[in-house]
Amino acid sequence: MSNDRSVHSSMTDFLREFGAMQLFFLQLLRLSPGVLFTRFSLVVAQIFATGAMSIVIIMVCALFVGAVLGLQMHSGLEQFNAEESAGVLSGLALIKEIGPVITALLFAGRAGTSLASEIGLMKATDQLSAMEMMAVNPVRRVVVPRFLGGVIAMPLLTAIFTMTGLLGAHLVVVELLGVDVGAYWQQMQQALTMEDVAEGIIKSIVFGIVASLLAVWEGYSTIPTAEGVGRATTRTVVKTAIAVLVFDFIITASLL
Amino acid sequence: MAKFCYPSPPWVDARRSARRAFRQDKTLSHALIEVKNLNFARGSRQIFKNLNITLAAGDVTAVMGPSGTGKTTLLRLITRQLEPDSGQVLVDGVDIATLSVAQLYKLRTRFGMLFQNGALLTDLNVFENVAFPLREHTKLGDRLIRHVVLTKLQAVGLRGAADLMPSELSGGMGRRVALARAIVMDPDILIYDEPFVGLDPISLGVIVRLVRRINDTLGISSIVVSHDIDELATVSDQSYLIAEGSVAASGRPEALRENDSELVRQFMHGTPDGPVGFHFEAPDYETQLVGEELA
Repeated sequence: MSNDRSVHSSMTDFLREFGAMQLFFLQLLRLSPGVLFTRFSLVVAQIFATGAMSIVIIMVCALFVGAVLGLQMHSGLEQFNAEESAGVLSGLALIKEIGPVITALLFAGRAGTSLASEIGLMKATDQLSAMEMMAVNPVRRVVVPRFLGGVIAMPLLTAIFTMTGLLGAHLVVVELLGVDVGAYWQQMQQALTMEDVAEGIIKSIVFGIVASLLAVWEGYSTIPTAEGVGRATTRTVVKTAIAVLVFDFIITASLL
Repeated sequence: MAKFCYPSPPWVDARRSARRAFRQDKTLSHALIEVKNLNFARGSRQIFKNLNITLAAGDVTAVMGPSGTGKTTLLRLITRQLEPDSGQVLVDGVDIATLSVAQLYKLRTRFGMLFQNGALLTDLNVFENVAFPLREHTKLGDRLIRHVVLTKLQAVGLRGAADLMPSELSGGMGRRVALARAIVMDPDILIYDEPFVGLDPISLGVIVRLVRRINDTLGISSIVVSHDIDELATVSDQSYLIAEGSVAASGRPEALRENDSELVRQFMHGTPDGPVGFHFEAPDYETQLVGEELA
């Protein structure tokens, strides 16, 4: 009986928070055009903070992910004398799946946690209340620029990740394992279509919205204590990882 | 050599003169903020029960009370950062609960609030913190903003700290910067939440003098929430003592000291015994200790 009540209470809490997050998302969408056109400098600052500051980690990870992918593809295809196709498979995997997904997960770990803790700390130290008292809407001034910065930065980071990943695969498959460079790139060029690239772009935009929304929501709705901010940071990573993988499946299934 | 004065924006001069004229004409004195039959609870704990307070225009009004009586909560209710369960908060006769968000924000441009911890924006330096409301609400050029900000920082003695970041300031300095920010838009009502907590004697003296001087010079109204009786006695025109959810006593600070009520006497003279208990509500001490031992 008490278990039923507990499950019911958990479900109610989940639905209440989910509903509140949807309303928050609508508020962000409503305020976004105004911020984009009148306070674009704030958005640029956030693209720098979330995007530019994440480039190093994105490139390092992408290089090794591409290298491992190339190695595995080569090893598998070698059995069928089809090593030249390693480029195609690596490219498809990076552009359609691995690029957007891993970029989103790295974004959650690097930029998402930073957004959540920054907004959470601003709340805990009354900075958001102070803005309200100065007749400045903190959602418009603080949250929307960070949300838009994340949404704009994610596709750019994904493009950088994918290109660096392809370079990593090239280094291993062509430079290290001796596959012909012409065959490697020509097969990739023939096999990859604009639809594949578009799928990667769509995923990166959706993941950008999901990861940025979860980060700013967790920060904004945090309990204003040190413990609350810590929890919000952890929840940002966990929820973003789950949401990205769920959305990845939904988008892949709907585009097949 | 003639002393150089930074020019004030024209609207500031006009508002300031109007307020000074109003203050000098005592027959016009009126209730600026009225709290009527206000009830507010947090969970099962009733914070305010039928609270009634009137804050007169032009006065420094002190709101005192033991810790945990809801002084800060009252400020948040007055500025509609919180909604009461019932009752009204009237500002210039207007029930703030009836205002739309846009109207509320417009009203808040008339308020300046000094938060207990300063609440400076940590990603901006001192200058930009003080300039923040001007940049958000006006189209003033950089030159004029610089003049206004430096004037306000000069008033709180921190013009030399303009380039420092909030993390480089002491608690007292941070609060003075927050005060400069609170007055930069030349508000009609200045609200201080525990402005004297944790200050060294020098900073304390400066802040006490500033509260009175700003109120009189700018011709504004001030609300000071604190439990520092001596400091409040020197700056306030009117005081309210809040206890057990309602007004226990009100009047001029010196009159409160002479009050006959046991509760008021206990608070004003800081005696440990009286109606306000030192201990939070708990089961019997001995029973709890012995009971736990037996268990």
